Amino acid sequence: MLNNLIIFVLAAFVGTEILSKVPQTLHTPLMSGANAISGITIVGALVAAGMTNDPWSVWIGFGALVVATINVVGGFLVTDRMLEMFGEKKRTSSPADADAAQRTNGTPA
Amino acid sequence: MKTAILDLTYLLSAVLFIFGLKRMQSPVTARTGNVLASLGMLVAVVATLFLQEILSWPMIIAGVVIGGGIGVILARTVEMTAMPELVAVFNGFGGLASALVSGAELSQHVAGTASSAFGLVPSITIALSILIGTVTFSGSIVANGKLSGWITGSPISFPGIRVLTVLLLIGAGGAMGVMIAMADAFPGLAAPMIQAAVGLGAAALLLGILLVIPIGGADMPVVVSLLNSYSGLAAATTGFVLNNTALIVSGTLVGAAGMILTVIMCDAMNRSLANVMLGGFGGGDGAAGGPDVPEGKTVNETSPDDTAILASYADKVIIVPGYGLAVAQAQHEVREMADQLEKQGVEVKYAIHPVAGRMPGHMNVLLAEANVSYEKLFELDEINSEFPTTDLAIVVGANDVVNPAAREDEDSPIYGMPILNVDEAETAVVIKRSLSPGYSGVPNDLFYADNTKMLFSDAKEAVAGITESIKEMQEA
Repeated sequence: MLNNLIIFVLAAFVGTEILSKVPQTLHTPLMSGANAISGITIVGALVAAGMTNDPWSVWIGFGALVVATINVVGGFLVTDRMLEMFGEKKRTSSPADADAAQRTNGTPA
Repeated sequence: MKTAILDLTYLLSAVLFIFGLKRMQSPVTARTGNVLASLGMLVAVVATLFLQEILSWPMIIAGVVIGGGIGVILARTVEMTAMPELVAVFNGFGGLASALVSGAELSQHVAGTASSAFGLVPSITIALSILIGTVTFSGSIVANGKLSGWITGSPISFPGIRVLTVLLLIGAGGAMGVMIAMADAFPGLAAPMIQAAVGLGAAALLLGILLVIPIGGADMPVVVSLLNSYSGLAAATTGFVLNNTALIVSGTLVGAAGMILTVIMCDAMNRSLANVMLGGFGGGDGAAGGPDVPEGKTVNETSPDDTAILASYADKVIIVPGYGLAVAQAQHEVREMADQLEKQGVEVKYAIHPVAGRMPGHMNVLLAEANVSYEKLFELDEINSEFPTTDLAIVVGANDVVNPAAREDEDSPIYGMPILNVDEAETAVVIKRSLSPGYSGVPNDLFYADNTKMLFSDAKEAVAGITESIKEMQEA
C-alpha cells in the first residue's frame, strides 16, 4: 500500500512536468489520447472476465472489458485521426498550392 | 517468476505511455507519440493474456470483439465538430470500466476466488474506485447530453438541488463507512458489504448527474477536462485495488493531464474551479438582456460583399473563431476565404482563445481538419499585441471571448477574463446570427462599437458569401 502511494505521488509529478508543456493546439488530442491510456483498466477487466469461475465476477468483468475496449480502441484511433490532420499540412501544403496554381493557370484571365 | 515478468512488462507499458505523452509536446512528434502509447497498451494486454491463466477465452474474445467494433465505428464516423461529445463518452466508459473492475474484484472475494486476503485497505480502495468511477460515468453521460443537445445546454437547477447533493454525499460517505467497518467480517458476512457497495454505486450515479446538470454549456471545457481527470483517478484507484503498478502510473498520468487542462480552462475564464462547479452561471436569464439594441447605441450592419472589399484591401486579417463556427461547421469555408485572401498577398492569422468551443483545443482540431496549418494558429498571449496593427478582424461565431467588458467593466460577471482584443483592430466584422449575448448572458459592447460591423448571418453562408465576392473581384 505504501509503495503504491509512493508510485502515485511520483507519477503525479512526472505527469505534471511532461503535460504542462503541451501546446494549446494539441489539447484535444492530448485529452483523447490520455483518455485512451486510462483504458488501461482493461488489464483488470481481462483478469476479472477471464481468470475466474465465479459467474458474478465473469459477467461484471465482461461488462468492464467491453467498455474498456471501446475506450482503448476508439480513443487511440480517434486521436490518430486528429493527429494525422495536424501532421498532414507539412506534406500536402505544397501539392495543394501547386493544385491551386494550376487551377488559376487554367482559368482564362 | 511469472509475476516478475508480468510486472516488468507493465513497467514497460508505463514507460511507453510516458514517452508517448512526452511526444505530445509538438504537433510534429505527436502522432508517433500516440502510436507509442497504443503500443504500450498492446504490450500490457498481451502480457496479461499470456502470463495469466485464462479460463474463459470465449468471454474475452467476445468482449474484445464487441468493444473493439464499437470503438472503431465511433472513432471512424465521428465528425470533428462532435469531438467533445465523443471524448465525454470515452471518459465515461473509462470511469465505468474502473468501477466495474472493482465490483468484480469484490465479487471474487465473496466467491473466495480472489488471490489476496481482504482487509481494511482493499475495502477503502474498492469503495473509492466505485465512487470515482461511477461519478465519472454518469457525469460524462450528462456532459455528452449537454454537448450533443439531448439535454438542454443551459444550467438546470431546482430548489433543493444543493441539499440533495449534500444528502447524497453523506449517503455515499455512509456506504463507504459501512464497507470499511464490515471489512473484517467480510467475506464471512458478505450481505452488508454487497448492499453497501450497491448503495454507494447508486448514490454515485445520482451524484454525477447532479454535479453536471447545473453547469452551463460554455463551462463544458472545464467539465470535460475535470471528468477526464476523474477517469484517470478512477483507473489509479483501481490500480490500488488490484495492486497493479501499470494502472496506478497510467491512471495518475491521465489524472494529471485532466487537472492541468482544468486549471488552464479556469484561468482562461478567470474563474475558480469551485465557481464553475457550483454552476448556474449564465444561460436562461441572460436572454432577457436580449437582442434589442440598447438605447443610445447603434449597430453598423454590413454585407458579405462589403466585408470582401474590406478584406481584399487589408494588409493583415485576423480570424477569431468561436463555438458558432463549430455549430455551423464553417471551418472549410473559413479556410477557403483565407486561401483567397492569401493569394492576394493578405497576411492571414487565426487567434484562438483557450475556451473557444466546447473543449480544450476544439478550434484547433476543426481548423486542422480544414487543412489550416497549425503555424497560423496563435494563442491569446502571442496575438493580442498584433490587433492594433491589424486592418480587419473577422469574428466567426465567438462572443464572450471578445467582449471588452472583461477588460473595462468592473461590474461585469466576466470582468478579468483574458480576452482577444478584437476592438483594437482598425475594423472588426462580427459574423453572428443575432445580437443575443453569449453563454455568459453578458451583453457585448463590441457589437455597438464605431469600428465594428455586424454581419447577421449563419457563419457558413456568410463566409462562403465573402469568399465568393472576393473571387468575383479578382476575376473582374
